[in-house]
Formats: sequence, C-alpha cells, structure tokens
Amino acid sequence: MNEYLITLLLTVKLAILTTIILLIIGIPIAYFLASSSSRFKPVIHSLISLPLVLPPTVIGYYLLVSFSPDSWLGGFLEKHLGFYLAFTFEGMLVGSIIYSLPFMIQPLESGLRSLPSSLKEASYTLGKTKWQTLYKVLLPSIKPSILSATILTFAHTLGEFGIVLMIGGSIPGETKVASIAIFNEVEALNYASANTYSLILFTFSFIILLGIYLINNRQHKLF
Amino acid sequence: MIELKYRKKLNFSSSTAFLEVDQKILKQEFLILYGKSGSGKTSFLKILAGLMDPDEGKIISEGKSWFDKNQNIKVSPQKRNIGFVFQDYALFPNMSVKQNVEFAHDTKDSVFLNEVFEVCGIKGLLNRKPDTLSGGQKQRTALARAIVKKPSILILDEPLSALDQETRLSLQDELVRIHKKFELTTIMVSHDLSEIAKLGHRVLVLDEGKIKEEGDPITVFSKGKVSGKVKFVGEIIHIKKEDIIFVLTIASGNNIVKVVATEEDIKSLGVGDKVMVASKAFNPIIVKI
Repeated sequence: MNEYLITLLLTVKLAILTTIILLIIGIPIAYFLASSSSRFKPVIHSLISLPLVLPPTVIGYYLLVSFSPDSWLGGFLEKHLGFYLAFTFEGMLVGSIIYSLPFMIQPLESGLRSLPSSLKEASYTLGKTKWQTLYKVLLPSIKPSILSATILTFAHTLGEFGIVLMIGGSIPGETKVASIAIFNEVEALNYASANTYSLILFTFSFIILLGIYLINNRQHKLF
Repeated sequence: MIELKYRKKLNFSSSTAFLEVDQKILKQEFLILYGKSGSGKTSFLKILAGLMDPDEGKIISEGKSWFDKNQNIKVSPQKRNIGFVFQDYALFPNMSVKQNVEFAHDTKDSVFLNEVFEVCGIKGLLNRKPDTLSGGQKQRTALARAIVKKPSILILDEPLSALDQETRLSLQDELVRIHKKFELTTIMVSHDLSEIAKLGHRVLVLDEGKIKEEGDPITVFSKGKVSGKVKFVGEIIHIKKEDIIFVLTIASGNNIVKVVATEEDIKSLGVGDKVMVASKAFNPIIVKI
C-alpha cells in the first residue's frame, strides 16, 4: 500500500480509537465532577488538566519511562498481560488518551453543569435511577457539548506530535502518524512530500470542523 | 398521614437559619406553604421528596419510616411515590410532551394515560417539544407527568406564579379537580392570597425556617379580627389622598377594586402590600350576570 495512505489511515485510526475510548471513560468522569462535592475534586481537576499546561514531551517522557519493561508498570504489563506499550500502537493510544483527556472532560462537564438541577431531581422523583437519568435525560440534553467534546478530541489527536513521537517513535505502519511523517520529511529536506501530508491534514481538519459547526448551528436553531 | 419532625440548617447569602418542622399532614389534605423567599418553603418540599436530607429528626409516611437520622434510615426519592412539579417545570427538553409523560409511566396502561392527557388538557400537544409550549402548556405537561405514576402525594413548588391571570384561574380549577379525582395529598407553595383561600385546606406561614402561623387560610390571613360577610384578598396597587380620606386601588384576581381607608389604616399600608378587605354587607347590590 502507498506509504501516504498507510500513514494517514494510521493517523485516523489513532484519532477514532482515542475518541471512542475517551467518550466511554469521559462521560462517567465528567458526571462525577459535575455532580460531586468531594474534597478531592480539585486534585482530580488538576490531574486531568495537566496536559493543557505541560509540554507534551514531559508527559511523553514519563509515559515512556513507565512503559519500559524495566519499570514497575511496564514490567507488570509485559509479564501478566503480554502488553508492550513502549514504541507500539497501543502505547501511543494510551498516551493520546491521557493527553486528550481534558478536551473530552471539560466540554462534557460544563454541559452537565449548565443543566438545571431540577431536571435530575424530576427524573429521580419519577422513579428513575442515576444511570437512567444520565443516559435518558442528561446526556440527550447536552448533545451540542458531546459533539464539541468529540470533535475537539478527534482533531486534537490528529494534530498531536510530541507525545506520540516520544512514546511511539516513528515506525511506519505501527506508530508513524501524519504529524511525525511531516517532521521526518522536512528533516530529510523532502518538502514535496511534507507538503502533501500537510495539505491533506489541513483540508481534512478543516472539513471536520466545518461539518461540526454546521451541525451545531442547525442544532441551536432547533432549540 | 405524614409526620414530619426535623431540623435542617439552611444557608442564606447573609445568614444561616434552622428550618424547624413539627407537622402532621393528613391524607388528602390540600396544604399550602406561604412565606417570603428564603423562608424554607422549597427546602420543606425537597426534604419531603427525599431530594434533601434533614440534619436530625424523622419523617414517617403512612406508618413507614422515610427518614430517621438515629436509625440511619433514608428512603430514596425514587421509592417515595411522590409527584413533584418544579417551579421551572423541569420538562425534559429532548422529549416530546407525550414522551415526557410516558417517561414516568411504567405499566403502559394506555387507558389511564389517555385519561391523564384528557384531564390535564394536553391531548392536542402530544408531539410538541417543550420549547414550543407556552407557560400554561408547560405547566399542564409537568402536572400530567407528576400524576401519571399515581403518586399518593403531589408536591407543587409555586406552580402558577409565572402564568397570566386567566391561565392561572383555569389551572387552579384543574388542581382542585385533580386533587379530588386522584385522592392526592397535595402540598403547594403559593404567594397568591386569593389562590390560597380558594385551594388550601390549611396554610403554614414560614418565616426564616420557623412556622409562624397555621390554620385555615381565611382565619390565618384575617388573623381572626374580622367577621365580615364580604371579603376578598388582593394587592394594593395605588394609594391616593382625597380630602380627609384615602382611596386604595386593590387588584384582586381579575378585578380592580377601589376602597376607602382612613389615615389610621394607611399608616401600616403601602403599595405592593397584600391585604384582605372585608365589609359588613348590610345593603349589597346583587346583579345576576
């Protein structure tokens, strides 16, 4: 297969998997943060927001160290689960999930917070459990927030560079994603090739964002 | 019968106060809570519904303990079989009127469901989304949703305060009908004296968490001082001095009424005050309309 295609497919695969997994784990976390008054909430908030302020290379470095088979975590995963995370696609996926966590959690949390508490209370008095309330009332009421969280996460993963370079390296077909390919091509003075990747990534990202804003616009008009 | 005996610390913006309740609510009673905002009315309702917990005390409904601090008992709001109509209606924006009502209805008893649609007057609105409804229509939907699971207690938090007078009057009549038809124990917050007098069997006047007065509405609001044959309640909207007397313009329901008052009366009155006007009607003019 064409090398461009392999790299781009890998990039999209990483972004889609990251987004799906983050949706699954992000919704319960956002719900907890939006509804709990726990003393530990500031700590959890800070941990989740760290990727926003830290250079990606810092997180990449820590993850690489902890994924290495010599470390406690890497050793444990390798021995008991047969998982290698350093320089593999799975490792890169874990890195992307951690790095994009705030982009998923923050829109979901502020969406849930913006709902009046009476919606939740009404559902409880109608005999519905917390989970039924979340899935049938709260989440459908914050569709625009879910949409922007999904898009932000997806687009952010597409453009990720530092963390995937640190954890993934640049193995074609395994961990070489578009952003890294562009860097490699420029380093090799292969401007034509870098240009092709850049243009595809640029157009692709633009179309996704445009699509989202068009859908969001229509949703707002419906309300 | 519901027995409530509890204390709950309430935090207001400037101070804290204790909501202290020691009450028995009879089966099928229509109880009204009256008081300024921040007097604890909504907390009273939420504690009864299980959406808020008292700091100490207990709540017993029909002999069953719903809350007991000492024995660590707490029945969740889901299991209390209460219908709650919220001040902001709390209709689910993602569901149609029909879906909102059906959401509460487990048994799929379509005969009863239709009856509720009929009684609440929302048959023509079933496929509409809440955003497209008027205030009165939202209120009817919220009411239908609250009664469709056949609760034994209906709680209404200022259900009619945001509605225009005409809608308000027709919904008051509906509340009376629903209260009787479904044999509900009803607890409602209201600020409107004519509404309280029309609907309530008993009224509790709350002030900073304490129940200052209780009894049947007319007695409570007239404070037992007058026994006039004609009386109505309303709000002063204008005071004008004319020679040695004063003319008060009072809005009562749909009517604007002018009454005279002496300087002595005026001392304790101002525009915006809620008042009861009573008169010994020795010589009334009665016209059939």
